[in-house]
Amino acid sequence: MKSSSLKNVQKHHSDRHHSHPDMEEMRTFGFWIYLMTDIMIFGTFFATYIVLHNNTNGGPGPADLFELSGVIVSTFILLTSSYTCGLAVLALNKGKKQALIGWLAVTALLGAVFIGLEINEFAHMVHEGATMSRSAFLSAFYTLVGTHGLHVTVGLVWMIALMVQLSVKGITPVTKRKVNIISLFWHFLDVVWIFVFTVVYLMGVK
Amino acid sequence: MAHTDSTHSVEDNHGSLKSYTIGFLCSIVLTIIPIAIILGGWLEGTSKAVALMMFGVLQFIVQLYFFMHLREEKKPRYNLISLVLGLVILVVIVAGSMWIMLYNMVAL
Repeated sequence: MKSSSLKNVQKHHSDRHHSHPDMEEMRTFGFWIYLMTDIMIFGTFFATYIVLHNNTNGGPGPADLFELSGVIVSTFILLTSSYTCGLAVLALNKGKKQALIGWLAVTALLGAVFIGLEINEFAHMVHEGATMSRSAFLSAFYTLVGTHGLHVTVGLVWMIALMVQLSVKGITPVTKRKVNIISLFWHFLDVVWIFVFTVVYLMGVK
Repeated sequence: MAHTDSTHSVEDNHGSLKSYTIGFLCSIVLTIIPIAIILGGWLEGTSKAVALMMFGVLQFIVQLYFFMHLREEKKPRYNLISLVLGLVILVVIVAGSMWIMLYNMVAL
């Protein structure tokens, strides 16, 4: 009887020990909840854009402004970065630190090119007089696409910080959870972009 | 049944190179088709909008399934439940706004 209760205590102990990764699982779930609230933010911006996209106030409309070729390139860059982010997670699960950092670097590089193209597009549009205050359509456009771009930029900074942390601390339960979380974030941004690409650009050009 | 489920999830717990590559190829195809629809001018009006949104939704499912590993979640599927809540709110906001602002001409 005594030995069995001792076993129980030991079992309890080892459960406690195992509750550490559980904590990381909880944190991953917490991040998932954040992503769900992000869905709602982007939902309101999409709704605003859909409602206002014809209110050009005599200014340039979607068909006048968008150049599909550049946006198609951006889309494939972001899709590829989503894949390389997945390869980073695979490297993580195999415990290959160098490959993990390498794939994260490729992902961040592709993300940086995406942001560069977007800034270039915005600068071009502003140069043509299509500023945010020109019309309700443009306000909604810059808010929606800009918020997505801001998310990608935050993801880039975060990814670089994580690469530094990985090279210093290596793969621990904590850094592992962080890589998993940022990959969720990155795939999520890819999904949001697909809908931006579809609703704003593909449906915009006549 | 629960047992076969759990062995299955252990096998491909965090995805494999194969599943990521299949997901990537699917997402490429699901992007090229809508682009072709637009550039080729195959569809017009409402059928175009519906087709484009359908490919967007399929792309979303591919990303959830192959990249975000939603199918590997264990039994109390809190991730899925919260996703459904988020999507319900999304649809209410977007469809509700469209209905009121675009089709309710009484307001004009």
